[in-house]
Amino acid sequence: MASTIKMRATERNGVVVVKALMSHPMETGQRKDKKTGKKIPAHYITEVVGEHEGKRVMTAYWGPAISKNPYISFKFKGGKKGEKVRLSWKDNKGQSDSMEVAIR
Amino acid sequence: MKSKTIILAAAVGLVAGAPLAAQAGPKEDLKAFREYFMKRFPGVPLDEFANGVYAIDAGMRSEWEQMEEFPPYELGLDVGKAEFYKKFKNGKSIADCFPNAEKGIKQNYPYWDPKRKEVVTLELAINECRKANGEKPYKWKTGKLAAVSAYIGYLSRGKRINVVVPENDPDALAWYERGKRFFYAKRGQLNFSCADCHVVNAGRRIRANLLSPALGHLTHFPVYRKKWEAKGTGPLAGFGTPHRRYGGCNKQVRAKPFKAQSVEYRSLEYFHTYMSNGLPVNAPGVRQ
Amino acid sequence: MTVARRTFLKGTLAVGAVGVAVGAGLLAPRRVLAAWPKSAFEAKSVQDALKAVVGTDLTEASGKVKVKAPDIAENGAVVPVTVTASIDGVDAMAIFVEKNPQPLTSSYELSPAALGFVSTRIKMGKTSDVIAVAKAGGKVYSARKEVKVTIGGCGG
Repeated sequence: MASTIKMRATERNGVVVVKALMSHPMETGQRKDKKTGKKIPAHYITEVVGEHEGKRVMTAYWGPAISKNPYISFKFKGGKKGEKVRLSWKDNKGQSDSMEVAIR
Repeated sequence: MKSKTIILAAAVGLVAGAPLAAQAGPKEDLKAFREYFMKRFPGVPLDEFANGVYAIDAGMRSEWEQMEEFPPYELGLDVGKAEFYKKFKNGKSIADCFPNAEKGIKQNYPYWDPKRKEVVTLELAINECRKANGEKPYKWKTGKLAAVSAYIGYLSRGKRINVVVPENDPDALAWYERGKRFFYAKRGQLNFSCADCHVVNAGRRIRANLLSPALGHLTHFPVYRKKWEAKGTGPLAGFGTPHRRYGGCNKQVRAKPFKAQSVEYRSLEYFHTYMSNGLPVNAPGVRQ
Repeated sequence: MTVARRTFLKGTLAVGAVGVAVGAGLLAPRRVLAAWPKSAFEAKSVQDALKAVVGTDLTEASGKVKVKAPDIAENGAVVPVTVTASIDGVDAMAIFVEKNPQPLTSSYELSPAALGFVSTRIKMGKTSDVIAVAKAGGKVYSARKEVKVTIGGCGG
């Protein structure tokens, strides 16, 4: 299956900027199915972790108010071109995905 | 042949000053169209009209620039790219139908096919490619079709729109004129024409929405709309082709929408894109 | 919270008071257990959400925290928000939408290498202030920006 994460990590003046777009419904649990009238169950990413060369840089705790197909960007110091940045997400249904890129 | 051309040119020359005079052709219409918008929005560089409302409203532009930091269509564009190169059962791919795509081809669409005597849009060409290779055509207006069209558009970024209405071809001119009439004709319960909103009232608001200028409209199609993304699921939900938007606009003025790739919408797209000749392709575009 | 602090300073470590202090994050290290802050996300007021996520609802409005978001959002379902905290040692940030039924949209824990910067896209139910906080050196700094959300019109 294709990755749900598209990510870029670029270094400039000693600061690495990480930007990532994720494919995810981020369903709040409040929307009603138009046909059945029942609420569509909540399904959203709860945690996003950013790592640099295996060391955790950022942990994001998300709720359902983060938009569908969510975006995140964060910055950190000390990364060099070629080093690895990994982004991992997990959601309230136990699903997860992860992606690693080299800093450009 | 030569004498006919001279007579035609003379006839055109006689009425060059009147924007919508009976003898005015596509070239004169284009000149008048551009002049109108550049006068309405002084200070907006011509090329910037490719960015629609973001060219004329600073606040909206700021939000758009935030979205452009990582456009939401990127995952969908990857799907479009994969579909573009994916091999059919017979070993060919969509890419084989569009051998110059990587050099940029979107700027030439829609084009007049003199043998078939009809206008061919990029979406029509994509699905005809699939059928010609024994594959089921995509559904119109969105999904994979829009994603492939978006990818082809993306490869064409920066190329100048170059829709051709061949001179001395009355059939081609008839399609152009049909599209032009559609654009200026009032329709629906609200009795609006495309021009009412996007020419006369461009830059003004209709309820809470800012009306985009028609100049530059199709340079950034297919679009990726936040509204469509919110309604659908998956990375392709936000994509829409020109005919998807035409249908939506017609419904919004409470007019019956036409089918995708209908003669009406292809004519409209032919005229509508011609009016953006010379402007740069900037597809796909993130929009509201 | 104030009572618990006084008790602690007096040296009378009543179990109840310590429990409150720990619960409010005043004594315990910020991350005893890495867990999704459920009570913070369920809180129905900004004050309660703040207490649950950064341990206090007392914040210092600061020009060093900048919230970049549109004046008028194109679509309330996708509102881009970028928060920049030009403060040394930011270890936590959070973004709230004051008038959302549950104001907390997200919280962020930052390692010492991370800058006080986060950008994302949020859902807003209606016109509201977007409130961003950044915690550094035990203090919580905040900023807010109003974002208008309209019902749209013909195109929206």
